[in-house]
Amino acid sequence: MYDLNWNVILNNWPAFVEGLLLGLKLAVFGLGIGSVIGLLLAFARTSHIAPLRAFATIYVEIIRNVPLLLLLFLLYFGVPIAAINFANQNDIPVSVARRFILDGDQSAIVALSIYAGAYLSEIFRAGILGVGKRYLDAGQSLGLSRWGVARYVTMPIMFRTVLPSLSNTFISLFKDTSLAAAIAVPELTFAARELSTNTFRVIEAWTTAGALYIATCFLIAGILRYLERRIRWTV
Amino acid sequence: MQVVIDNFGLLMRGLAVTLQLSALIILFGTFIGLFGGIGLLYGPVWLRAILRAYVDIIRGTPLLVVIFLIFYGLPALNVEIDGFQAAVVAFSLFAGAHISEIIRGGISSVPRAQTDAAKALGLTFWPSITWVILPQALPVLLPPWVNTAVEMVKGSSLVVLVSVSDLMFATVKVAERTGNPMPLYLTAAGIYVLVNFSISRFGVWLERRTSRGMAA
Repeated sequence: MYDLNWNVILNNWPAFVEGLLLGLKLAVFGLGIGSVIGLLLAFARTSHIAPLRAFATIYVEIIRNVPLLLLLFLLYFGVPIAAINFANQNDIPVSVARRFILDGDQSAIVALSIYAGAYLSEIFRAGILGVGKRYLDAGQSLGLSRWGVARYVTMPIMFRTVLPSLSNTFISLFKDTSLAAAIAVPELTFAARELSTNTFRVIEAWTTAGALYIATCFLIAGILRYLERRIRWTV
Repeated sequence: MQVVIDNFGLLMRGLAVTLQLSALIILFGTFIGLFGGIGLLYGPVWLRAILRAYVDIIRGTPLLVVIFLIFYGLPALNVEIDGFQAAVVAFSLFAGAHISEIIRGGISSVPRAQTDAAKALGLTFWPSITWVILPQALPVLLPPWVNTAVEMVKGSSLVVLVSVSDLMFATVKVAERTGNPMPLYLTAAGIYVLVNFSISRFGVWLERRTSRGMAA
């Protein structure tokens, strides 16, 4: 029979807390960089320049249909070897190629950003298309340039409508940081896996990790919903 | 590219496992989700509370943690389970929670008057759900359902971490053996895109078929 022993968890509490914080850090970076990528892609997709539109569409379709784990492995295991092979074949010093080699944390952030960028671009695009034409006309009649309209009219109005979706994306990104355990990034899932293999306290380790993820997700959701309500929109 | 051609058979065998796994997950997940969603809406209070807890707990936990909990946890409780079975159980629970919410949302979108009309015709609960409510909810719940199917095909790549030999597993192992990962990873990415894109297209076709003859 399996006897529960929670002391193991209490003794290793710091690993869980540090793992949780690292996961949050990865998610924050992923959302930040992903938002920039997503915004650029969204404007590209709504642009009237056909090649830009095509590029953005292809990017989104490919990234959204590929598993995040594959993207992570590609960056962490694939890119270093490809970079060094390329350097060897083209007489580039290996030290230059080494700059393209990312450590675990960096790979996770880049993968999450690329991934989030594709999802966020869809959200931003819906936001951009949701901005009423009369606002754009009003901006134009005030003498704003095309960039000015995008910056001072489209983006503020769009941001208001996409905020709830941004919160949801952040929460799912935070859950996705668990995959970083597969490339030995010491986040929460990794901590639980270490503990369960070292001490065989399997049930305790995984239920603790699960409970921490749930609690954090609910906490983030609560805070974000509160902020959404608190922000006074002046647009 | 040679490395991909040489090992194409292995990749295809992996793909077969991925497809088999995904089909099972979507089937079980839809089954759980159908009853979960109906229970969330019409169940007695205690059932609603249980289902709400199930859906919220699973949706707040990363899929990977659910898989590990089942793959490592059940054997600790003396339940023998291999990677494939653990994956099917974990993914079905996961998909079931998500599809419950989708079904609940879809059914909620059908106007209340339709339920009243079904009652007025003398239909009891299950016939009115089957013949009146669900057919009208279908166009609403198909798009997110197809999305979940795509998410599950992608998510099935996680089974590589519990050593099930799916497409991801074949890719990683061949990459490790040949020391030339890039062409293999890119090929795998292409295969995933192809499969998921076909599912999305099929979904669009299905949507058009089911919304035929519906009032706009």
